[in-house]
Amino acid sequence: MRNVFVYCELEDNNVADVSLELLTKGKDLAGQLGVQLEAIVIGSGLENIGAQIFKYGADTVYVADDKRLSPYTTLPHTSIVTGLLKEHNPQIVLFGATSIGRDIAPRVASAMRCGLTADCTSLVIGDHYVKKTDTTYKNLLYQIRPAFGGNIIATIINPDMHPQMATVRQGVMKKEVFDENHQGEVKKVKVADYVKDEDFVIEIIERHIEKSKVNLGASPIIVAGGYGVGSKENFDLLYQLADVLGAEVGGSRAAVDAGYIEHERQIGQTGVTVRPKLYIACGISGAVQHRVGMDQSAMIVSINTDEHAPINSIADYNIHGDLNEVIPKLIKFYKKNTK
Amino acid sequence: MNGFKIIVLAKQVPDTRNVGKDAMKEDGTVNRAVLPAIFNPEDLNALELALQVKDKYPDSEVIILTMGPPRAADIIREAIYRGADKGYLITDRRFAGSDTLATSYAISQAVKKIGDFDLIFAGRQAIDGDTAQVGPQAAEKVGIPQITYAEELISVEKEKITIKRRLENGVETVAAPMPVLITVHGSAPDCRPRHAKRLMKYKYALTKTEMKDADDLRKELVEKRPYLLIEEWSVDDIGADVKWLGLSGSPTKVKKVENIVLAAKEAKQIDTSDEQLEEFIKELIENHTIG
Ligand SMILES: Cc1cc2nc3c(=O)[nH]c(=O)nc-3n(C[C@H](O)[C@H](O)[C@H](O)COP(=O)(O)OP(=O)(O)OC[C@H]3O[C@@H](n4cnc5c(N)ncnc54)[C@H](O)[C@@H]3O)c2cc1C
Ligand SMILES: Cc1cc2nc3c(=O)[nH]c(=O)nc-3n(C[C@H](O)[C@H](O)[C@H](O)COP(=O)(O)OP(=O)(O)OC[C@H]3O[C@@H](n4cnc5c(N)ncnc54)[C@H](O)[C@@H]3O)c2cc1C
Repeated sequence: MRNVFVYCELEDNNVADVSLELLTKGKDLAGQLGVQLEAIVIGSGLENIGAQIFKYGADTVYVADDKRLSPYTTLPHTSIVTGLLKEHNPQIVLFGATSIGRDIAPRVASAMRCGLTADCTSLVIGDHYVKKTDTTYKNLLYQIRPAFGGNIIATIINPDMHPQMATVRQGVMKKEVFDENHQGEVKKVKVADYVKDEDFVIEIIERHIEKSKVNLGASPIIVAGGYGVGSKENFDLLYQLADVLGAEVGGSRAAVDAGYIEHERQIGQTGVTVRPKLYIACGISGAVQHRVGMDQSAMIVSINTDEHAPINSIADYNIHGDLNEVIPKLIKFYKKNTK
Repeated sequence: MNGFKIIVLAKQVPDTRNVGKDAMKEDGTVNRAVLPAIFNPEDLNALELALQVKDKYPDSEVIILTMGPPRAADIIREAIYRGADKGYLITDRRFAGSDTLATSYAISQAVKKIGDFDLIFAGRQAIDGDTAQVGPQAAEKVGIPQITYAEELISVEKEKITIKRRLENGVETVAAPMPVLITVHGSAPDCRPRHAKRLMKYKYALTKTEMKDADDLRKELVEKRPYLLIEEWSVDDIGADVKWLGLSGSPTKVKKVENIVLAAKEAKQIDTSDEQLEEFIKELIENHTIG
């Protein structure tokens, strides 16, 4: 069986969110293909790592546990992943499009002589017909990604030269427990069989890693609220929408000043500047000091009771109405249309 | 030896940061003709770090390597004006359609031909393909370690370089033995400007292909001053196997391209009815904005 593999990243020995999102997506793809989901985890002190991963649907987890493997460095991780992929010959391999994922995945792809599609925003199974040779490729992975500075969306396929490998940014896919009781098998990797001494030539001298916190700048979707949200409690609605969409929540200064939301989430001239692919402005009038922080967003949706709110002039969609009515409906229709 | 042999990988790219409405053709392909061709921004940061090594060790040699159409020779001239010593242009129709795997194979062959190098600097990412894959892939093909996302050159000694890296949630300082390939992040220092004397000296530099169309005076000049000839390499010059190049050597194929510049038109007005809101959600799912 040619399975689906996910390379799992660790943050303080917890599986990173982006990897859990990929496991969720990987389970979905494996289900459609009728194959199994397998995970690779590389680090140190990983006795109980399986428990974190199996409930997301993995059937097997390969654990490479060795003091020298944490923190991450390129070469030993590449050697282990490449070795495992060559042995198990998967059809799909997914990595996070993170500092680590974008460091290891191309190196592995080069060693495997296979394709790699960067920063996918959508992964779909589909067929491909080549007229010239009259061949149909069944069940390929359509890897859909923005390129050209976000100006185009390309669908990329790898008909031959498998595995099909892709990276995906954090927050793009949904994270969802498959089954709390799902059990899989832990397979310990004999590290010495995969790594060579030369793999440890890079020496880490110093590291300053901040705990992941609000990272509006990196989020592909932002749900932002303004004074029109009306109260701190009402911001919960926005968090609910953000949760189903895999988005971050931001706010206008009026919302921050009113105490509805913390200052680190303020967008605009005296806050952060963002350019997500989707910006949903809820109850924000769109003062120029706000707009300079978000007008480069690829798509802007405004939900406002005032048809003439200035934000509407830069929006792609204007939803004219009360956010208290609109947001619950958006959540409902989103859930309905994504099964 | 008192210097290092340094290769800088640089790509000529269309300026995708200022894309206007006419940037896409009717058929959804990119209209390269209207986009200015520029030096990929992070490759300028890469050049700067290479020149900083040369500042410390003036006997170092900085060599620009670029793969592209004949007009990519502009990249080599630009780099030389700013302080690079020389450059090679890899150009051949048979490279066309290469994905990152095939591109990195071609680059690795050229790097091996240059040979005997200590450091390779590349940009983190090109602003057209946007993959950030060519650097690490080239390092793997050449068989050397890599340091990605360099932000600062901390120190360079004989056979050892120390670099500060920019990660999404912090920084890391690492030391590596040479040879090593380093990809450079946009937060690294900006590249120094053109040097007036170098501009005067090298503005007549030409490739063989460009020589064909040059006037006699200029031809004569290049013949008299061999340093003005920019070397061009074909598939055969770098000893590459065509099987691993172009479309045949590229596992990834572009099946479809949708253009989202043209898609942004008048704002759509939506009311609070179930029909309109559901239609709106479906649209966002279909065009991959959410989902
Ligand atoms: C020097 C300076 C710096 C500034 N920096 C920033 C900055 O960084 N960021 C920033 O955001 N602002 C900044 N401001 C403030 C800015 O000028 C505006 O005052 C602020 O952005 C307004 O916030 P708002 O749109 O949330 O509130 P308002 O302007 O009060 O707008 C509220 C909107 O909500 C709508 N609304 C009300 N009820 C509902 C409902 N139930 N459903 C739907 N819509 C509803 C209303 O129609 C209205 O459009 C700055 C100002 C100055 C002078
Ligand atoms: C819409 C579209 C989507 C694509 N998606 C993918 C994909 O997902 N996967 C894939 O494998 N290919 C993809 N490609 C092909 C890819 O863009 C080309 O192979 C391209 O030549 C190199 O990739 P890049 O621009 O992403 O460079 P990057 O990998 O981002 O470049 C990193 C660095 O490598 C060096 N470098 C890159 N190219 C050159 C060069 N020609 N000469 C010298 N140095 C260079 C530079 O220092 C540069 O800063 C895509 C192409 C298009 C048009």
